Amino acid sequence: MSCRLAADNVLYGNPLFRWVYDLAGSALPCWLAYIIAGLVVMFIVVNGVLAGTAVLTWAERKLLGRFQNRVGPNRWGPFGLLQPMADLVKLLTKENLTPKGADRLVFNLVPILMMMPTLLVVAVVPFAMNTAVADLSIGVLYILAVSSLTILAIFMAGWSSNNRFALFGAARGVAVLVSYEVPVVLSLLGVVMVAGSMSLSGVVEAQAVPFLLVQPIALFVFAAGTSAELNRTPFDVAEGESEIVAGYHIEYSGIKFAIIQASEFGGTITASAVIVTLFLAGWQGPLASYLGWLWFLLKLGLVLFLFVWVRATYPRLRTDQIMAFSWKFLLSISLINLLATSLEIYWLRGAERALTTGDLWIMALMNLAIAAACLLVAGRLSQAKVRRVRPPLPVAASGTAAREAR
Amino acid sequence: MTIRTEPVTVNIGPQHPSTHGVFRLRVTFDGEVVVQVEPVFGYLHRGTEKLAEERNYVQVVTLTDRLDYVSSMTNNQAYCLAVEKLLEVEPPPRGKYLRTITAELQRIASHLVGVGFFLQELGTFGGTPLMYCFRSRERILDLFEMLCGARITVSYMRPGGVFADAPADFWPALATFLNAFPGELAELEQLILENEILMVRTRGVSPLPLDLAINCSVSGPVLRASGLAWDWRKVDPYDAYDKVEFQVPVGSNGDNYDRFWVRMQEVRQSLSIVRQCIAQIEPGPVRLPDLPLVLRAAPGKEAYGRIEAPRGELGFYLVSDGGVSPYRCKIRSPSLINLTVTEHLLVGWKLADMIVTLGSVDINMGEVDR
Repeated sequence: MSCRLAADNVLYGNPLFRWVYDLAGSALPCWLAYIIAGLVVMFIVVNGVLAGTAVLTWAERKLLGRFQNRVGPNRWGPFGLLQPMADLVKLLTKENLTPKGADRLVFNLVPILMMMPTLLVVAVVPFAMNTAVADLSIGVLYILAVSSLTILAIFMAGWSSNNRFALFGAARGVAVLVSYEVPVVLSLLGVVMVAGSMSLSGVVEAQAVPFLLVQPIALFVFAAGTSAELNRTPFDVAEGESEIVAGYHIEYSGIKFAIIQASEFGGTITASAVIVTLFLAGWQGPLASYLGWLWFLLKLGLVLFLFVWVRATYPRLRTDQIMAFSWKFLLSISLINLLATSLEIYWLRGAERALTTGDLWIMALMNLAIAAACLLVAGRLSQAKVRRVRPPLPVAASGTAAREAR
Repeated sequence: MTIRTEPVTVNIGPQHPSTHGVFRLRVTFDGEVVVQVEPVFGYLHRGTEKLAEERNYVQVVTLTDRLDYVSSMTNNQAYCLAVEKLLEVEPPPRGKYLRTITAELQRIASHLVGVGFFLQELGTFGGTPLMYCFRSRERILDLFEMLCGARITVSYMRPGGVFADAPADFWPALATFLNAFPGELAELEQLILENEILMVRTRGVSPLPLDLAINCSVSGPVLRASGLAWDWRKVDPYDAYDKVEFQVPVGSNGDNYDRFWVRMQEVRQSLSIVRQCIAQIEPGPVRLPDLPLVLRAAPGKEAYGRIEAPRGELGFYLVSDGGVSPYRCKIRSPSLINLTVTEHLLVGWKLADMIVTLGSVDINMGEVDR
């Protein structure tokens, strides 16, 4: 007995899935083979992401240490590499508290709901040629839809914890995340238009010129939006440990806290993977068919490093300033980007209705110029707020003068 | 249509990462805006003033270490000045210079802590600027360790001078610090001084008008940020401050940025004072040789010794009844007096600004609660 997978199945493009399916299908009923093959792929993806998360927690702590003239974790294992294990064991042995007066069901659902979008996003990201779990034809839309689920988890956490700091964090988080959805969607629209495809592998294949150059504004808006969604500085108001201690997850302890942290770090990985796919040409590079995964990993590491760098450097903005940044600045530049991109596509594409590499280079030059102009204008407009407009503060020479002045 | 909102009362502290110890604020918020603020303190009360009445004049020095525990040297200095006024004695010049050097080093260390935590409260993740500050502060604490064996609770000064001369290897170590520190300070300034996010977060936030500052007898960098060049080192010089040249940085509108800026500039001035003291200091005794072990002042005599501590005017008011210990010891701590403007500074601003403003006032609970 042999099972045939329909060619229009979303998992048809995944060679591992097909291989397991064929293998299991030779001995088992088709429906069971389908489930087993799915579980195998899921197992690999989920554990891959979690292992990546563990490595990222170590790398981030190590890098932050270096940024801050510290050593970082170095006790457990070579270069402190086993530190994530130690953290995990510590958190597992902690008491798993549910506060009095909390909504138990909602409260305990939150860690699962936080983790889910992170893992779901990975399903459509191609790590190398033909390696996405499911190469959806609406991949970009799927990512946007799934990643906005985090809002729900944050709101549930804040509401169910019966803690005012958590409520503050949730209110801030929801306000920020909802305002960042709009510019992020608009920025990805430009990418999709240039690529002419919503499938992530389609976008990667369309990047004869990395969209980093073709869509610089979109990259900036998307990176800002994702760092807001991931609660990373300068947009980490929902956690704001110096103000509202830990924000929405203040009441979580033990394994629930571990899962929330893991989903945050995992979210950083998936967001970086999406950035690599959409803007840095994904697995493309020399010998892409063999070394695609290596290029992907290198680019992923670069983006993650930039995320850590920003986190180590910047102070936090206030909630209203973040919203103003989103609505006044990001929204306008993403609209400008959208307009510019659509006009460019309209002019450049020929009778065959496709963009050539030369067209992409022309677009890259134009869009880089537009991005520079946007930054200059925005910088000029906000100069009064961020730059020193008054002369340097006076320095009194001596106290006698001060006494006379009084 | 207006949406009905309900005020929320939240206890910020006493266990909170940004309250500089065990400070508690009962805050009523409307959304995120502060509508009412009630500072509650006393969690760190140890009865220092009463304890001082039970110990002799020299023993009280160790109590002063524990007042403002991030600037113990200046606490020692203020107390010793008060006792010297009471006894009508004056320390020898080398003692004065050593006091000035250590007090200025302590001012640098204390301002670095203040600025570091201020920036931490602005939300720099994991406190990168804080670590920059602490790197330099560690060097200063190491120098203190060479002087007296302690890093925080130094008890280095005594009525009539300092308790021991600096060891021979102190001076090269100090020179090393003075060479390295400007570079570290420049790194910190490059990282954060004109950062755009810092600017939008602190410029124009919680301004303190000068007349209110004077009426509430606010002192120190908080007062100077509001625009008055009032510094006891200039107005009423003590120790070796009349022999050194320095400037008093003042702000213009007393907002959070000015308070931060004034501290950063004062660090530079302190550095120059230390350099001048090193150039001027000469060999000699460091403490009055003929002082008895147990000091006694004339009965009925009183004295008020004050200095410009890193946080403002620190004063010790001593009354003697002729006994071996002060009859009364009243401490005028700058942090407590600077807290009187809390309500004016915080009401009407957001939760995030509130935390930053507290950091910019730079209180120390050991001194507030005593």
